Amino acid sequence: MSETPALRVDDVHVAFDDTSVLDGVDLSIEPGEIVALLGPSGSGKSTLLRVVAGIVMPDSGSVHIGRTDVTRQPTHQRGVGMVFQDNQLFPHMSVLDNVAFGLKMTGRPRPDRERIGRDWLERVGLSGFADRRVTELSGGEAKRVALARTLAPGPNVVLLDEPLTGLDRELHDRLADELARLLRSAGVTALLVTHDADEAATIADRTVLLADL
Amino acid sequence: MTAARNIAAILAASLAITACGSDDVAEPDGDGTVAVGPPPTAPAASTPTSDETITLVAYDSFPDADTSLNEALASFTATTGIGVDILRAGDTGTMLSKASLTAGNPEGDVMWGIDDSLLSRAVADGVFDPYVATGLADGSVEISEEFLALVPDGEATPVDYGDVCVNYDIGWFSERDLDPPASLADLADPAYAGLLVVQNPATSSPGLAFLLATIHEYGLEGWQDYWTALGENGVEVVEGWTEAYYERFTWAGGGPTPMVVSYGSSPPAEVIFADPPRDDSPTGVIEATCYRQVEFAGVLRGTDAPEAARQLVDFLVGDQFQAEIPLNLFVYPTNEAVTLPAEFVDFAVIPEQSRTLDPAVIDANRSTWIDEWTELVLG
Amino acid sequence: MNRLPRRLVGALAIGPIAALGVFYLWPFATLLAEALTGGAVSDTLTRSQTWDVVWFTFWQAMVSTMCTVAIGIIPAFVVARFEFRGRRLLVGLLTATFVLPTVVMGAAFLALLPDSVDRTVWAVIGAHVAFNLAVVVRVVGSLWEHLPTDMEHAAATLGASRRRTLTTISLPLIRPAITAAATIVFLFTFTSFGVIRILGAPGTRTIEVEVWRRATQLGDIGGAAVLSLLQLAVLAVLLVWSTTAQRRHSRALALEATAPRRRPRTTAQRRFVALTAGAAALVALVPLGALVARSFSTPTGWSTNAWTDLGRVEVRPGIRVGTDPVEAIANSLTTAAWATAFAVAVGALASLAITAAGRHGRLIDAGLMLPLGTSAVTIGLGMLITFDVDPVDWRASWWLVPVGHALVAVPFVVRTCVGVLRSVDPAMTAAAATLGAGPVRAWRATVVPYLWRPLAAGGALAAAISLGEFGATSFLSRSGGETMPIAIEQLLGRTGTTLQAQGYVLATILAAVTIALVVAVDTIQGIVDARVTGE
Repeated sequence: MSETPALRVDDVHVAFDDTSVLDGVDLSIEPGEIVALLGPSGSGKSTLLRVVAGIVMPDSGSVHIGRTDVTRQPTHQRGVGMVFQDNQLFPHMSVLDNVAFGLKMTGRPRPDRERIGRDWLERVGLSGFADRRVTELSGGEAKRVALARTLAPGPNVVLLDEPLTGLDRELHDRLADELARLLRSAGVTALLVTHDADEAATIADRTVLLADL
Repeated sequence: MTAARNIAAILAASLAITACGSDDVAEPDGDGTVAVGPPPTAPAASTPTSDETITLVAYDSFPDADTSLNEALASFTATTGIGVDILRAGDTGTMLSKASLTAGNPEGDVMWGIDDSLLSRAVADGVFDPYVATGLADGSVEISEEFLALVPDGEATPVDYGDVCVNYDIGWFSERDLDPPASLADLADPAYAGLLVVQNPATSSPGLAFLLATIHEYGLEGWQDYWTALGENGVEVVEGWTEAYYERFTWAGGGPTPMVVSYGSSPPAEVIFADPPRDDSPTGVIEATCYRQVEFAGVLRGTDAPEAARQLVDFLVGDQFQAEIPLNLFVYPTNEAVTLPAEFVDFAVIPEQSRTLDPAVIDANRSTWIDEWTELVLG
Repeated sequence: MNRLPRRLVGALAIGPIAALGVFYLWPFATLLAEALTGGAVSDTLTRSQTWDVVWFTFWQAMVSTMCTVAIGIIPAFVVARFEFRGRRLLVGLLTATFVLPTVVMGAAFLALLPDSVDRTVWAVIGAHVAFNLAVVVRVVGSLWEHLPTDMEHAAATLGASRRRTLTTISLPLIRPAITAAATIVFLFTFTSFGVIRILGAPGTRTIEVEVWRRATQLGDIGGAAVLSLLQLAVLAVLLVWSTTAQRRHSRALALEATAPRRRPRTTAQRRFVALTAGAAALVALVPLGALVARSFSTPTGWSTNAWTDLGRVEVRPGIRVGTDPVEAIANSLTTAAWATAFAVAVGALASLAITAAGRHGRLIDAGLMLPLGTSAVTIGLGMLITFDVDPVDWRASWWLVPVGHALVAVPFVVRTCVGVLRSVDPAMTAAAATLGAGPVRAWRATVVPYLWRPLAAGGALAAAISLGEFGATSFLSRSGGETMPIAIEQLLGRTGTTLQAQGYVLATILAAVTIALVVAVDTIQGIVDARVTGE
């Protein structure tokens, strides 16, 4: 079955100030697949995520999402969601407004946004948190809000940049399971970047090493 | 420690530059003309001298060197040993404001030039130390009763008088085949739009005199409309007489405006200083606009040298100095013993009727009038 | 146990506190008394003129502020987010424009604008915008720099276009900075004096100008006092409002160290950056260029006459018009030298006292900042009416003007020094203590040596402030003792081109000296910063 891959990265080169960060990287992910990209710190895995997201422009090569060549497309038109390592929740909005932000950008009317937003909050186990300030959240709670925010608009591809790095052991293990469950039940295509092989094994269907790409 | 040394070096350098700068300020001596003293802001290093030097505060158009007026002052110095520095403090209004703010600790010792419309404010603010000049007390100097009546308690000494009138550039009007205005009402006529420059009555005494002339003509309720009309007719306002006469007036200042508020006795100056020489006056006077003005000199209250100051006042009203007034200040001396020079008599205009207002009325309303005028004309 | 003896703090603090009390608090009290006696309050408040002036002051400040903020946000963004050649130079240029004396800025705009626009409200507002652009660029820019770029990327991944990111994420988050910048600009334009005096038509009067006019031209001290207190009241209300508003809206931003600046990558970006940087540079350079150009222009073409014949113009024997520019330069230099000496002396003592006093130092600090919040005109007026009776009849003293300048300059000296002194590692002093030095000796050996460099920087700043001071000097200067700003205002108020050219020459000189001093301050501070952070 030659189905179009959900995400295809072809021969991407990225260099910052004469240092080559990504050197002819190829990657292909099937729809619904969760792939973990493993590599040591500073190896360029975050950069690859940013290339896919459209935050960094590759010097050469291409990125396809589904059938579309998105290499020259700006981020907000690509339909990629991204969970940042430090969450990047919007501090001037409530939890619910954060989660519903992507829906607002696509023009969903308010009642719909609220409904879907609250639904997602429940799915990540934060039912009563809708009106909380994001600055009052604990590390684990913030991560879940970030997840809900990314998944709520139903993106084509979900990118996760070291989502569990820096959390303490117990929280880490708990969230790893939850993350795996959430991604699977949502049926999204996901690319997860981490330096922890166990974490990769727990969450992802397939692990690749950046060095091999 | 280099920083401290640097600071010291900068300070030393600045003081050195200042010392050089002060030298530039002193004027080269002409024929025994007065030397200008050190700037008042320099640290006071008073070396006691046997001769004193006092400061005469005057308006901007008082010459500080190179004229026979200054020579007269030099001879005063020669006879009495009292040197006279001249400090120019703007037009009379500005001069009075500064004097009021410094009353009791004045910027000089004698003030020349307060006129009768501002005298009441000077007295109220305690600017002067009353003193009756020796010449007046012993009768050797004769001054008209009309002037002395303005200073019944010897608050100041009348030194000169004149008429504040609108002067016009004769040539400018004849070139354009235009008849010059003949009355105050004419000045508001659109035919003469933008041709008049006046002075701000808050800062200038001829400016105030002109305002009073219009109040005299149009009354307490009517002058406002007149000035609104003048404003709409493009009247220009400047701070002081020197600016109006020597910068805006077409004849004397090479400026754009052919009519200026000045004195009935200003034309003689234009004949005397004409280059090439001429025997007719290039400027004329609109007699219907004239307002009589008397100027005074007085000892400033709080001066460090009251005796010397009094001697100067005596001199200022005496025959020798008063004789130099017509051809240097271009107003009339109050001392009746002075014979007016021919050129002065030939070209100065004495109006048949010069306006005056009651000093008490002026005193009571001056502030309000100036405020109203500012609102109307300056917006 | 290791605290410095209170006697030391007292000995250090007594001088500055006495100076503050005599030369600031006492005149302030006199002003208050003057305002409240007689019918001055009712007279002034019932005069319709007063409210016209208040309204105009408010209106022009509002418009100036809105224009400055609106225009300044774009360069703020560019400077915060992009790295490009000449970026530091641009920020330096804008800052230089900001520190220029107000009369110089007024003179520059007078030189720049055609006669028809001269002396209109729009000229004034234009000058205000150019003058205060640096505030917006620096205050807003510095917060924007700390805004994580990833937050904007996150918004993009959620489907927000660049414009929507700006309106829903970036602008709301930098709002505290915008409010802060707007408040500062409003404060400066509300109390604007030099620019109005030079650029405004004779009838253009803000509260500051009206205070000056009533006091020096009409002799109405009571009215002037009432007006200056009215202005203070308005400013106090504004400050209170803005502080509470800021507190309510401030958010705990995860302020990271400066988000990395990128070079513009696309052509569109490059063009945008170039255009913005170019326009901002023009705003700073063009007025100054016009100033210099006009000093060389005469009705008959270019000439250096104004520069070489710097002196009074004689119109008739013995009668000269204008203010003597050379004397003005000399006066300014003397005054600045003394003002710097006073400011440095008081500032050094105060800085040492504040750091030695630890937490209690904040009171002294706040007290010394007071003159900054009071307009220079108010300070000058207060001093004028206080020191006019024996035994304190100091009006004629040569040192009164420098003292007035020092009063305004001391806060800057203190700010510069205290910042450095406070950042000295207390571990060093502790180490000295363990080596046997008593608290005072340890302090003297480890902290005080750091005073000299920032003091030099503060001194240069004080000199710059003194040279350009216009408000207080307008009250205190005596005939023949005019400083450069006073002379500039007088010369530019005349219409003869020779006199005006002389005014422009003086303004150019003043601008050059100020910029040189500011560069000196910057250089010294750069050395200071490197030293302290490198330790």
